[in-house]
Parts: sequence; structure tokens; C-alpha cells
Amino acid sequence: MDVEILARIQFAFTIAFHYIYPPISIGLGLILVIMEALYLKTGDKRFELMTRFWLRIFALVFGIGVATGIIMEFEFGTNWATYSKYVGDIFGSALAAEGIFAFALESGFLGILLFGWNRVSSGVHFFATIMVFLGSLFSAIWIVVANSWQQTPAGFHIVGNGLEARAEITDFWAMVFNPSSVERLMHVWVGAILAGAFLVLSVNAWYIIKKKYLEIAIPAFKIALVVATIFSISQLFFGHKSADGVSRNQPAKLAALEGHYDSSARADMYLFGWVNNKTQETKGLKIPGGLSFLVHYDFNAPVKGLNAFKEDERPTQVNSIFQFYHIMVALGVAMIALSLLACWYWRKGTLFDKKWLMYIFVWSVMMPQVANQCGWFAAEMGRQPWVVYGLLKTSDALSKAVSANQILFSLIMFTVVYTLLLALFLFLLHRKIQHGPETTHDEDDEANEAFTKRNNPLITHS
Amino acid sequence: METFLGIDYNVWWFLVFGGVISGYAILDGFDLGAGALHLFLNKEESRRIALNAIGPVWDGNEVWLVIAGGALFAGFPVAYAAIFSAFYVPFMVFLMGLIFRAISIEFRSKESMPWWRKTWDISYCIANIIIALSLGLMLGNVALGIPLNKDHEFEGNWMSFFNPFSILIAITTLALFMMHGAIYLAMKTVNRLYVKLTLLARDFTIFFVLSFAVSTLYTLLYIPHLSDHLRTHPSFFILPVIMTLAIANIPRSLKNGNFRFAFLSSSVTIATLLIMVAFEVFPYLIYAPNNPQNSITIVNGASSLKTLKILLIIALIGTPLVCLYTGFVFWTFKGKVKLDEMSY
Ligand code: HDD
Ligand code: HEM
Ligand code: HEM
Repeated sequence: MDVEILARIQFAFTIAFHYIYPPISIGLGLILVIMEALYLKTGDKRFELMTRFWLRIFALVFGIGVATGIIMEFEFGTNWATYSKYVGDIFGSALAAEGIFAFALESGFLGILLFGWNRVSSGVHFFATIMVFLGSLFSAIWIVVANSWQQTPAGFHIVGNGLEARAEITDFWAMVFNPSSVERLMHVWVGAILAGAFLVLSVNAWYIIKKKYLEIAIPAFKIALVVATIFSISQLFFGHKSADGVSRNQPAKLAALEGHYDSSARADMYLFGWVNNKTQETKGLKIPGGLSFLVHYDFNAPVKGLNAFKEDERPTQVNSIFQFYHIMVALGVAMIALSLLACWYWRKGTLFDKKWLMYIFVWSVMMPQVANQCGWFAAEMGRQPWVVYGLLKTSDALSKAVSANQILFSLIMFTVVYTLLLALFLFLLHRKIQHGPETTHDEDDEANEAFTKRNNPLITHS
Repeated sequence: METFLGIDYNVWWFLVFGGVISGYAILDGFDLGAGALHLFLNKEESRRIALNAIGPVWDGNEVWLVIAGGALFAGFPVAYAAIFSAFYVPFMVFLMGLIFRAISIEFRSKESMPWWRKTWDISYCIANIIIALSLGLMLGNVALGIPLNKDHEFEGNWMSFFNPFSILIAITTLALFMMHGAIYLAMKTVNRLYVKLTLLARDFTIFFVLSFAVSTLYTLLYIPHLSDHLRTHPSFFILPVIMTLAIANIPRSLKNGNFRFAFLSSSVTIATLLIMVAFEVFPYLIYAPNNPQNSITIVNGASSLKTLKILLIIALIGTPLVCLYTGFVFWTFKGKVKLDEMSY
């Protein structure tokens, strides 16, 4: 296999793996803020127990998010040297701002969040929780800005020719607020919050089925359900804004999302379907003229199809892009339906008797995860063959000093290590969930503590 | 060239980048050193205390590396591209070290089976040693220079990174971090563990001084150009003098039990060491011994003036904030380690 394919596989694999964790960190961050606020307001022990329980899970997720994120930061330099030189002027600024403004904030206060419960006042602890949550929101800002600049470059000019060519900033704010960054950021944030909310729903649904820790599981479930309902409905709106943006900024991507080839024809919108890139046919269940309506508010207006673009300037894996996009949308709709249904039963007072619904919620944790991954795959593969849309091709962006063997070596290493990581993560998550929120002490911690107290006179006997 | 306070922007960014790297080496240096010492501590309780001594801060310290990566990418993209693609293999090993350090800390406390804890102790200790060694190896090679072609891309074989000079620097780095880490841990502990750490701090000070002496001797004998700048600018001899004083102060402060002063001295040692390297390589970011014309300097490797200006603004706003929260966290967890139910 050649360097390009290997480098792309490696990037896709490492970023997709990283992106399992950040959304949970962001979403759980919000839920922790809510739980702790309720605790401070009411002084109710149940809220304290659930806050501390989710803090422990947060620590686990955050830890892996950090470990896998560091890899991403350097992968541009290791694997995409030409790209790094080309966009460093612009992209680098966003990445540097991210480190200074976002990561330092989250990681700094994380220490207080995790270890400060008995050391700082409850107000300071709450402040730290808010700061960690804000930090994670900020980190999404800068990375999404950088990625959006790649999708819809703005505020720059090109200097030099050939291998020396590179993009330089002319207008910082135009770069930051490039045509797609705001709508994509909203979409990413909401997707992340859903990932956190559905994790909380899933775990508590399981406790409810098992009739364990009910006095904590039920209020926690309700908190997460409110968050999930609000944000899954708003995701429909932000998703629509994104699609609208794509139709203006990246018409070739839009055509690929719906498998639309013929520029002179009106464009349909599919609920599901199958695209054959050879025969250029798309079959499936469709709303005739739906895409035309989305773009022009007119069911019969023609929409630019893939054939309007040169063969080497449009994405080739049209069916995959189509499927990723449709899975995401379907899951978005399913999440709305599920949370509304649950709210309905909640009003009727029978929500927690509906075992079948609770079983669906146990599995629902996968929905935002899959939707997030599919969204990124659709957005990034739809951008191909460009790495910087309309300016730099992916095949030109590589590191020339790195050989296929070196990438193969690192790819194998990542595969092995990440598989191990995922297995350990799931194992520990499972153990923590089984252990439950009720006891704040792990048994071994108690043993250790007794031991420590005996041997360490400095430990205060509180 | 445009300047700010009489210094031009490229030099400013070189200074900022150097500052961030030094910050990283000082802050994460003690985490790495403490981790490399981990297996010297035998008892479960000692190991937990050592882990909790760095528990609330190591992640924040590691962010300095992330900022350094961003700072290099943004200000000197050509160097960022050249360095990381050249050091592909050692860098991947370094990154694996970072992953294993992070997850070992995180996972170790989650189960109480002895085999579980032992496995993570070993993985943690080795990860720290690998991180320190690979950092040192890369630093040594940057100081030496690496062959570049006219597009500023590495042309050479990565096996050549394992040259005697860089290996010496790698060992010196490890020794330095271990000394630094032992002092930090001693500052955070009491009783028998404290005594043990004082002794370890002393041993690693000796280990560091020896390996530093050997690498200096090697440099003077075989790579004399690495001291050219020092010879042509005698006033900078203040640097080695400061460093010697700082090193000499370490055993003295350890003996008096003045750990803050000892810790300050080892931090100063790290900073002066890096300043000396920076001073010798300046204005090169990466020197190309095969053809000096292909070298990457702070001028031909930099971003546009506009970006450098923006970056300086970001740094001026951001750095005080980062220092503020770093200070706040260190202040919250000041004093000796206390274990409680939220501890690792
Ligand atoms: C939607 C948000 C988002 C996206 C698209 C990405 N990340 Fe991420 N990243 C986060 C949101 C995040 C976070 C929420 O801030 C993390 C995850 C969990 C955590 O602990 O912090 C994080 C951690 C994290 C870290 C460790 C920071 C630390 O030490 O605290 C680095 C260096 C990166 N990321 C870098 C990247 C790069 C280079 C990406 C793109 C290629 C990327 N992330 C995509
Ligand atoms: C979490 C967020 C992200 C996800 C899930 C994601 C997903 C992907 C995927 C799936 C690919 C492979 C596409 C293919 O091979 O067809 C890819 C490639 C790539 N992405 Fe992203 N991406 C993310 C963020 C970013 C960001 C923030 C950047 C940079 C600003 C970026 C830059 C790239 C580059 C340079 C490649 C390799 C070249 C290419 O194949 O296009 N990605 N990404
Ligand atoms: C409900 C209907 C939805 C619509 C119409 C929609 C639409 C879109 C579109 C058009 C894109 C591509 C944007 C671009 O390439 O610039 C996209 C990307 C994405 N979607 Fe969705 N989406 C929906 C639901 C969801 C849900 C429920 C999630 C997650 C929980 C999600 C997560 C993402 C992510 C992470 C991306 C990649 C980042 C981005 O490009 O903004 N989407 N979505």
C-alpha cells in the first residue's frame, strides 16, 4: 500500500478513536454542572452521590481523551508535513490558541475537580466544574474552526509557487468566522452534549431495570432526559443549517450526500437508498424534489450534480458518503422520537414501568456515538480529494520524508494499543457502573486508608 | 524587519517557544522523574503517595507540551513539519510513552488486585523512562543538526539518530528529570518515605553531574562548534556559572531540608541547560550539516509577519491566564500529600 492510503487510514483511525471520548467529556461536563448546581441549591445527598459517581466516570473518559488527543496534535507534522507547511500560518494559530485558551483551562481545573472535593470549599469546586466544562467547549471551538477553514477557506492569500506555496492570513477574524465555522461548531457541540446525555440515560436505565440505586437513578435519568430532549430537537435545526451551508459552500459534497449526479434534473431527498457510482444511479425511498426544496425552496428547481465537477475534483466514494450521512440523519430523528416518547410517558407517570423502553435506553448510548462518527466521515470524505477545499489535494499534502514502512509500523502499533485501550476502558467502565453510585468509598480505598492512617501521622482524622 | 520593543517578531517567537519548552521541561520534568523513580519505591502506600503527589497536576503540566506543539506549528511551520516527519519513529515511541503514562496513572487505582497494580506500576515506570530518553535523544539530534534537502525535508536514515552524542544527552536528560522528580517527591512526603527520597535525590544528583560532565567533555572534544557562540560571547559564560551554582546548591539545600530551594535550583538547572542549547543553535531551528544552505532558521522557517503578530497577542493574553490557573492549582494542593477517598 502506498504512503497516501496508509497515512489516511492512520489519520482516520486515530481521530475516530479520539472522537469517542471528547463528546462524552463535553456532554458529561454539562450534566455534572447541572447535578452539582442542584446539589448546592438543595443540599440533597442524592445529588452529591450522583455528582461524585459521574465524576469518577468523567475522569476515566477524560484520561483517554487526553492520551489520544496528544497524538492528533502531532500527527499533522509527522504524516502531513507538506500540508503543515502549507497551512501552518493559519491552522497553527488555531491550534496554539486551543492549547493556551482551552486545554490549559480544562486540565488545570481538572485537578481540583477530581481531587479537590475535600480540600476546597463547595463553591470553589463548583467553579472548577464550570471551568472544566467551559474549557472543553472552547477546545471544540478552535479545532472546529481549523477544520472548517479546511472545508471553506477564508481570510487568506496564497504566497509562492509550487512546493513553496502556502496560505497566509490576511484577516484573522475572517479566518475564524469562515463561512462554515459557526454552524458546524453548533452542530458539533450539540452532538457532543447528546453523547453525554445518552450515556447517563443508558446507565441509569440499566439501574432502573435492575431495581438498583433507584433513589439516585431516577432523578439522574430525568435530568439527562431533559437535556437529551432539548438538544436532540435542536440538533434537527443545526443539522439543517449545516446542510444548507454545504449547499452553498461545497456543492460537490452536497451532491454526494444525496447521490445526485445530473445537474439539469431536480434533486430528490432520500430516506434511505443505495448509490451505484459506476452507473450513476441512486435507488431508494425518496421525497421527490426534496433536495431542490432544501436548496431553492422549490421542488422543481435543478440542483448542481456530481457531473458538473471534473472527475478529479469530486469525491469518489459516493455510496459511503451517502450512507454515513443518512445513518446520521436517521439516528438524529430516532433520538428525537425516543426522547419525546419518554417525556410523554413521564407526564403520564408510567415511564419507569416501561421495561422495554428502558431496554432501548440502555442501548441508546450508541446512537449519538454512531451519529457523531458518521457525521465526521461524511463531512471529511465528502471533502475529498481536497485536503484544503479547492486549494490543496490530499495526495500532495503528505510527508515526503516518511516511508510506507514507517507508517505501517505506527499503524500496527496504534491498532494494538488502541484495541487494548478500548478493552480496558470498557472493562473499567463496566466495573464502575456495577459498583454503582451508592458507596463513595471503594473497598480497597478503605483498606488503604486505614493502613495509611496508621502509618502516616499527617493524615487528619476527619 | 518589524520589531516589537526593539526585538523583531521572529526572535520574539523563538523566545516564546523556548519559554514554553522550558516550562514543559520544568513542570512535566518532575512528573517524569517521579514516574521513572516509581519502582524504587517498594511499598504500595509509598507508590500511592508518589502518584498522588503528581495526581492533580501532571495533566496540566503535559498541556505545556501541547502548547509547545501548537506554538511551533503556528510560528515555525517549516520546522514543525521537518522535525516531526524526520523523527517519525522516535516520536511515535515517545507518543506511546505518553499514552501509557496517562493510562497507567488512570487505570492503576481502579482495581485492587496485586497483579493489576504491579502491571501498571511497571508500565508506568517504563513509560516515563522512555519519554525522558526519547525527548533527550531528539534534543541531542536537534542540537547536532539533521540532514535536510532543499525543500527542508529530512533526507537520511533514522538509525543515524542513535549517535553517541544524542545517546549521552538522552541519559543526561533522564538523570536530570530523576533528580528533579526525587526532589519534588521529597518535598511532598514525610517520615521514612521522605528519608528514602532524600537519599534518592542525592544519588541522582550525582548521577546527573557525572553524565553531564561526560557529555560536556564529549561536546568539547568532538563537536566543538556547539560551544562557538559561548566562546565568541564571553558574557554568556554567566550561564554555565549560574548552572554550576544551582547544581552545587542542590545537595546543600537537601541537607538543610530546604526543599523549595532545592527544587528551585533544579528548575534553574533545567532552564539554563535549555537556554544554553538555544543560544548555541540560534538563529537556526534545525541546522543541516549536509548543506548549511538548507537549514531552517527563525527567518526562513517562520510564518508570515501578520501571523507572528497575532500569535504574540495570543501569547500575551494567554500566558498570564495559564500561569494564573497553574499557580492556583499548585497552591490548592500545596504541602504534603494526604490520601483521601478521591485519591488514586
Ligand atoms: C469536538 C471537540 C473536539 C475535536 C473535534 C477534537 N478534540 Fe481533541 N479534545 C477535545 C475536544 C475535541 C476535548 C473535549 O477537549 C478533550 C477530549 C477529552 C479531554 O480530556 O479533552 C480533547 C483532548 C485533546 C488533547 C489533549 C489535551 C490535554 O492534554 O488536555 C489534544 C492535544 C487534542 N485533543 C488535540 C486534538 C486535535 C489535534 C484534533 C483534530 C485533529 C482534535 N483534538 C479533535
Ligand atoms: C473529531 C474530529 C474529526 C474527525 C472525526 C475527522 C474524521 C476524518 C476522517 C474519517 C478522515 C479520513 C477521510 C478519508 O480518508 O476519506 C479524515 C481525514 C483527515 N482529516 Fe479529519 N476529522 C476530524 C477533525 C479534523 C480536523 C480538526 C482536522 C484539521 C483541521 C482534520 C484534518 C484531516 C486531515 C489532514 C485528513 C487526512 C487527509 C484526508 O484524508 O483528507 N480532521 N478525518
Ligand atoms: C437530524 C438531522 C441531521 C442533519 C440534517 C445533519 C446534517 C449534517 C450535515 C449536512 C453535515 C456535514 C457538514 C459539513 O460537511 O460541513 C453534518 C456533519 C456532522 N453531523 Fe450531522 N446532521 C444531523 C444529525 C446529527 C446528529 C444527531 C449528530 C450527533 C449526535 C450529528 C453529528 C454530526 C457531526 C459530528 C458532523 C461532522 C462535523 C460537521 O461537519 O459539522 N449530526 N451533519
